[in-house]
Amino acid sequence: MDLRYSPEEQAFREDIRRFLEDRLDSRLREKVRNGQRLNKSDYENWHALLNTRGWLAVTWPREYGGTGWNAVQRHIFEEECCAAGAPRIVPFGLNMLGPVLMKFGSQAQRDYYLPRILDGSDWWCQGYSEPGAGSDLASLRTRAVRKGDVYVVDGQKTWTTLGHYANRIFCLVRTSTDGKPQEGISFLLIDMQSPGIEVKPIVLLDGEHEVNEVFFDAVQVPVENLVGEENRGWTYAKYLLTHERTGIAGVGFSTTALDDLRRIARVQLKSGLPLAKDPYFAARMAKVEIDLEAMKTTNLRIIAAAATGSAPGVESSMLKIKGTVIRQEINDLTRRALGPYALPFVSEALEAGHNQEAIGPDYANPVANQYFNNRKLSIFGGSNEIQKNIIAKSLGL
Amino acid sequence: MDFSHNEQRRMLEETATRFLRDNYPLRVRHEHAAATAGFSRDMWSRFAELGLVGALFHEQHGGYGGTGFDIAVLFEALGRSLVVEPFFASLLGGSLLAELCRPEQRALIAEIINGSRLVSVAHTEPQSRYDLADVATSATRDPHGGWRLQGNKAVVPNGDTAESLIVSARMHGTQSEPQGIGLFLVDARAAGLERCGYATVDGGRAAEITLNDVVLDESASLGRAGEAFAALENAVGLATLALCAEALGAMQAATDMTLEYLRTRKQFGVTIGSFQVLQHRYVELLIEIEQVRSQLINAASSIDSGAPDCQWQLSAAKHLTGRVARLVAEETVQLHGGIAMTWEYGLAHFAKRLVMIDHWLGDTDHHLERCVMLARDTGLSATSAIR
Repeated sequence: MDLRYSPEEQAFREDIRRFLEDRLDSRLREKVRNGQRLNKSDYENWHALLNTRGWLAVTWPREYGGTGWNAVQRHIFEEECCAAGAPRIVPFGLNMLGPVLMKFGSQAQRDYYLPRILDGSDWWCQGYSEPGAGSDLASLRTRAVRKGDVYVVDGQKTWTTLGHYANRIFCLVRTSTDGKPQEGISFLLIDMQSPGIEVKPIVLLDGEHEVNEVFFDAVQVPVENLVGEENRGWTYAKYLLTHERTGIAGVGFSTTALDDLRRIARVQLKSGLPLAKDPYFAARMAKVEIDLEAMKTTNLRIIAAAATGSAPGVESSMLKIKGTVIRQEINDLTRRALGPYALPFVSEALEAGHNQEAIGPDYANPVANQYFNNRKLSIFGGSNEIQKNIIAKSLGL
Repeated sequence: MDFSHNEQRRMLEETATRFLRDNYPLRVRHEHAAATAGFSRDMWSRFAELGLVGALFHEQHGGYGGTGFDIAVLFEALGRSLVVEPFFASLLGGSLLAELCRPEQRALIAEIINGSRLVSVAHTEPQSRYDLADVATSATRDPHGGWRLQGNKAVVPNGDTAESLIVSARMHGTQSEPQGIGLFLVDARAAGLERCGYATVDGGRAAEITLNDVVLDESASLGRAGEAFAALENAVGLATLALCAEALGAMQAATDMTLEYLRTRKQFGVTIGSFQVLQHRYVELLIEIEQVRSQLINAASSIDSGAPDCQWQLSAAKHLTGRVARLVAEETVQLHGGIAMTWEYGLAHFAKRLVMIDHWLGDTDHHLERCVMLARDTGLSATSAIR
């Protein structure tokens, strides 16, 4: 039992920290730290910066231009990115589609698409959920009918995160209604510029446009855009959902959020004293700190196992549940910490370079909406209830 | 023992509920919230005509209600429809005036009741959090008679549109002493008074108010020396009760929507309400909501009977409301799934109001602490509302 990082791992961490200190655009860092809106080019610039250093595809092997890092290295990288105030890496092309193409795609697909993900030519989005297929994803009904050299796709996808920035979408589509629902699903790559595709924004509870509906009306997709075999898409999707999910606990996000909370609690006053010294509030903070401290080790235990080759299974589900609950609790406490100043919300102040004077403390504006927005954490990517079902099933229950 | 409302209150409830059902769908609420004032003046007049504002005040002040139960019944109905019109600010302002105003100022209450004047209370300060006695704004005697106010007020409900503001300011004493606080009736257009209005996360509006050497007549001072804090505590007590009742209404609306969804949304070939794990979580909410209703009854009753433990009962109600409101907000969203995260579906607006009610007049921690303090100082928690 040795809980220390090796000297090599520490040097690796130093490398990343120095790089981010030197090269991460300070305006971008400020935006992230202030909870302001990020636009398409913010993400593109961030990806481009990492790509110049060869650190963009953290889950890919070197042969495809990835880092070849093991799970511990990826974990360190993620922690340092969060601590530096970097945006997240948009996961759809890099962490979701990339690994599926490497495992199940044709040589032509790999040769064409993987470099385009790295150099930013393509922005992928995910076409899984449908209005009638959420937790029960396998009941999806978007149809793809083969006609000669094309599939003709009709239907609707929803919750398409940043789909309004994307030029390509990978979709689960129904190619057969025989047998179990899972057995008639295929995995298609679709050009968003194809005639018949319409993207409509969904405004979320915080008033922001982050997700979309995508409609398909007789969209023609070349048959060579099928990944793997027809009707085997469910297997590929499941691979995607279980592959390299060690980052799922969001330890980096929680750590940063807890640091922010601590900072705020030191300056927010209650009866003239810092909130951090208030026994009620301090106890609430300590409780979530304990949860996070324990989860960090749970996370690393699973990562260590993954680094030696054993693929995480239900552990991913466990981390997803605990990780999201902890992040949500930190968001809740941060909201509480503000007292009456959790109430004001000035939408314009979410734009970088705005000239609005802050209402109350300058860190207050995005906090309540971050709390509300992050209610999504326990819903998306397989709701926490579905994750519990997965764990229970694995136990033979 | 009788837990039913009298005839007049049943009528109030029915009138409010029917009017809101017919005239105040969520779409209309959003339109009002998005208006410059953060509410509709036209709708406010209609509420006043209907007598809903009058229900907040006693007969002697020109109303026809004013008891804890009147306020609770009305705000519960308002909560079910997420009404954004300024009932809360008017209750705060009107109650203070009713208790403290000079005879010649009584016409103001009539104007509140008929909807022609909005009076809000500028009490909270940037540093005061939820501490009612923490007032740094100063009121100094002017050598020529009258007062001069200097200081900053924070998150004043409807402070950007109110025609009049009741401003708390310290006449003497240290910053957190209840004694030495005075209340002043100030014209919102007074020289030296600046306000910066903004939207709040829960769909309303509020303002930051700067008082820079605001000169006031002698008559602006409300009540006799030493009376202000008790009056403030009483008015805030009524408004706290109102928030709990509003939350109760919003909880019911949120759980009704959720029940409907559990009954109709199908996944895995069945309605999701057939899953026991979801059934239990839904039922848990109903149990907690009944707890809130009961404590609301305790608090209203303690106000109306002038019970010595009234403040403990109110804090207990606000604490419980804060706790359950968060649970209901989070769980109804989770039981729905993604659809509840959208602006359009509607549930989120109830969830947001439910969570943010905790940030008005003291959150669940503040009131828990206050319950502990009141019990320690006076031994009052041991008494029961049921005698």
